[in-house]
Amino acid sequence: MHAGIIFLLVIIGSVLFHIFTPWYWTDIASNWGGMDDTITLTFWVGGGVFVAVCLFMIYCVFRYSHKEDRRAEYKPEDKKLEKILTWATTLGVAALLAPGLIIWNQYVNVPKNAIEVDVMAWQWGWQYRLPGADGKLGTTQVRNIADNNPFGINPDDPFGRDDIMVESDVINLENNRPVKILLRSVDVLHNWYVPQFRAKMDAVPGTVTFYWFEPNKVGEYEVLCAEYCGVGHYAMRGGVEVQDKADYEVWLSEQETFEQLSARYEKLNVDGNKLAKK
Amino acid sequence: MSDEYDNNKSYQAQSSEVMDGSTGSVNPDIDYVRPAEVGEQDLYHGHSFIEKWVFCQDAKVIGVQYFLTAVFTGIVGLILSWLMRLQLGFPELAGFMTAEHYYQFVTMHGMIMVVYFLTALFLGGFGNYLIPLMVGARDMVFPYVNMLSFWMFFVAVAVLMASFFVPGGPTGAGWTLYPPQTILEGTPGSGMGILLMLISLSLFVIGFTMGGLNYMITILQARTRGMTLMRMPLTVWGIFTATVLAMLAFPALLVSAIMMTLDKVLQTSFFMPTILKAGEVLEYGGGSPILFQHLFWFFGHPEVYIVALPAFGIVSDLISVHARKNIFGYRMMVWAIVGIGALSFFVWAHHMYVSGMNPWFGFFFATTTLIIAVPTAMKVYNWILTLWRGNIRINTVMLWCLGFIVTFVNGGITGIFLGNVSVDVPLSDTYFVIAHFHMVMGIAPLMVIMGAVYHWFPLVAGKMLHEGLGKWHFWITFLGAYSIYFPMHYLGFIGVPRRYFEMYDSPYMTSAVGMNEFISIAAFIVGAAQFILVFNIIKTLKTGKKAEQNPWKANSLEWYTSTVPPEHGNFGERLPVVHRWPYDFSVPGAKDDFIPQTTAPSEVIHTEVEKT
Repeated sequence: MHAGIIFLLVIIGSVLFHIFTPWYWTDIASNWGGMDDTITLTFWVGGGVFVAVCLFMIYCVFRYSHKEDRRAEYKPEDKKLEKILTWATTLGVAALLAPGLIIWNQYVNVPKNAIEVDVMAWQWGWQYRLPGADGKLGTTQVRNIADNNPFGINPDDPFGRDDIMVESDVINLENNRPVKILLRSVDVLHNWYVPQFRAKMDAVPGTVTFYWFEPNKVGEYEVLCAEYCGVGHYAMRGGVEVQDKADYEVWLSEQETFEQLSARYEKLNVDGNKLAKK
Repeated sequence: MSDEYDNNKSYQAQSSEVMDGSTGSVNPDIDYVRPAEVGEQDLYHGHSFIEKWVFCQDAKVIGVQYFLTAVFTGIVGLILSWLMRLQLGFPELAGFMTAEHYYQFVTMHGMIMVVYFLTALFLGGFGNYLIPLMVGARDMVFPYVNMLSFWMFFVAVAVLMASFFVPGGPTGAGWTLYPPQTILEGTPGSGMGILLMLISLSLFVIGFTMGGLNYMITILQARTRGMTLMRMPLTVWGIFTATVLAMLAFPALLVSAIMMTLDKVLQTSFFMPTILKAGEVLEYGGGSPILFQHLFWFFGHPEVYIVALPAFGIVSDLISVHARKNIFGYRMMVWAIVGIGALSFFVWAHHMYVSGMNPWFGFFFATTTLIIAVPTAMKVYNWILTLWRGNIRINTVMLWCLGFIVTFVNGGITGIFLGNVSVDVPLSDTYFVIAHFHMVMGIAPLMVIMGAVYHWFPLVAGKMLHEGLGKWHFWITFLGAYSIYFPMHYLGFIGVPRRYFEMYDSPYMTSAVGMNEFISIAAFIVGAAQFILVFNIIKTLKTGKKAEQNPWKANSLEWYTSTVPPEHGNFGERLPVVHRWPYDFSVPGAKDDFIPQTTAPSEVIHTEVEKT
């Protein structure tokens, strides 16, 4: 008897924990509220099934615990019951799958007006690149990476000259404007993840991956690496600052373009040579 | 559903005929079993201590050898988890632990528990011991290869353990071993450690293939007369299907281990793209890290079911025996096992939704993944419907089964979160995933293992384990493990990423500190509680109550051997002949509430069975 009571307490405890938990998701700051809603839906359906199955089990423990003088029922199958359960489960599963797929469809189709951000990862840090006035990012190659070309932009690519370099682990984003994150890595797998935005994707060396979101809350957020990348994984943090359009424009105008950076290095070189001559 | 039920309505307990799916024409002689067509297997009986207990060809001894070796690795895995929990809950007490150590412990814990503990225990341990006994064979069909299988496994474990003692220590690449980091500096153990891991895995696959051939062929070819496929205990069905999966899935692991070894040793670039490290471009180029992930999970997902299916099978038998009731929907249970096994090869990339693979894969793999939930749910329904209107013994074995149902349903439901592609996006690589797979493929199968130990110990050792200690063992383990993993899901909701050596000072993670301390304390207690079983076994072997033959009043053949514990050859002079399925419990009209598989219809006492 006491076994059934303890199991019952476990189930009640689980439900109470869920209701009163102080540990729950962070306030969402992007357009992916649909993910939260699907989680909530799955919670109600799945949680309902969990509670129902366990309560039925507990009922059986109370009602049918062993008595010497009683016999169990002999009934190998019940085709009708099995059919009903199969179809009910199939329907339930389909009802959960549908919203999941609908949101995934949104997730993999990037809106046309999204601004592209090149997120470059390495062991262990981040840096960012934005398209310049032409609205296009220049192509890159790992082999081109050098002090005067921190993103490995192909020097011959005309789109690359005006690219805006953010050699910092913090990137600023414009509020309410969709962002397409283009992920790159120069060494191992990484994953650029801001819990408040809900979205994530691995950065894979040798290829460019992407995802998109639309930040909708001004503020500062922490970036975490969400794919194990070696011993510094836990310390691989970055930041995002979501700003209103006006503030964002100011910030953007203060950033250096690839052309400016190249010129700076050339001057440095020339100065260095002069220094050497003296 | 009413509680009133009428057993006299006579469900015509010709169960053996109903259940074996044979065509309508029943032989007029109801006791008829076709005569043997081939002679019996010759067995080589060991003569010396070494032949009897070390290089032994008896599947039962090999099973125990597998079991003990796997348990040894499991204890190592347990200690590693304690060290991890110490760092996560009480970092101030874990000053000796660097991030390198932590990642090495994480990796070795995962690999040991999944492959060397659970897989070896279910298939090598229970498979070897139970298959020949349950299908009515004298031994596995290839006893010598079976012996080699264990020793290959033993060497694999030795190589794995050796990696703790090489320069640089064991690999710290995470149990998934994702390249490129696995073989690059920046990951602990990227020298000798990873090489030994890859060699050990290769040896494991070779050893397992030798054992797996035995399990499959014994089940297909060496069943005793009357033991049709649809009269096999579900334990055998689970182990059989899992073995088929393993034979198809492990080659993918072997291939990826070989290719990665080549990438490491010969600088080939199967998985290695152009890489810039410390300002220098390495001598790799053109390889695909995602290819490895596909290969790994093509093995890795069936691997989940390689562990789960034997657990499904075993728990079905335990529930049926101890509820004194036939397993509900036997045929559905069999087809669910086979169906889940087949489907498990079409869902692997649900581990890779955010890996950067082509995002369109997401639609396909989310759909297949959620389809697999249907047969799985059917199994759960059938377990609880077996309890319904049963006559349930609430003993230690049954407690473990009930614990299994709770943890498995819990973990199965969170699987629907993670399988449903866009729901996985925020949760993947967080503690939600850790909580999910520990609940569903850590704790749930462990519950079954424990139930199976208490259930079959009287057969293996001829003595009954102490019930009181068993119940304490169960309650501490169940309540402790549940309070480790249930709240852990909520860390995942917050967004706390997995594989973090420490959390630093992220504002929304501060609330996780208290929970981490709680989880760590629970983990220490649960781990320690496992030694209650060790104590129970030692005490029982010394002073325990002697077990009578078939103490649980079960029907399957392993309880009807010539001696307890069964000797080499299992069944004495004559092999048993099977007349029915193993679930004839509480048959209306029969005197006892169980009818052994070997009982011919005309021998059933006080029953109208034979008249129907």
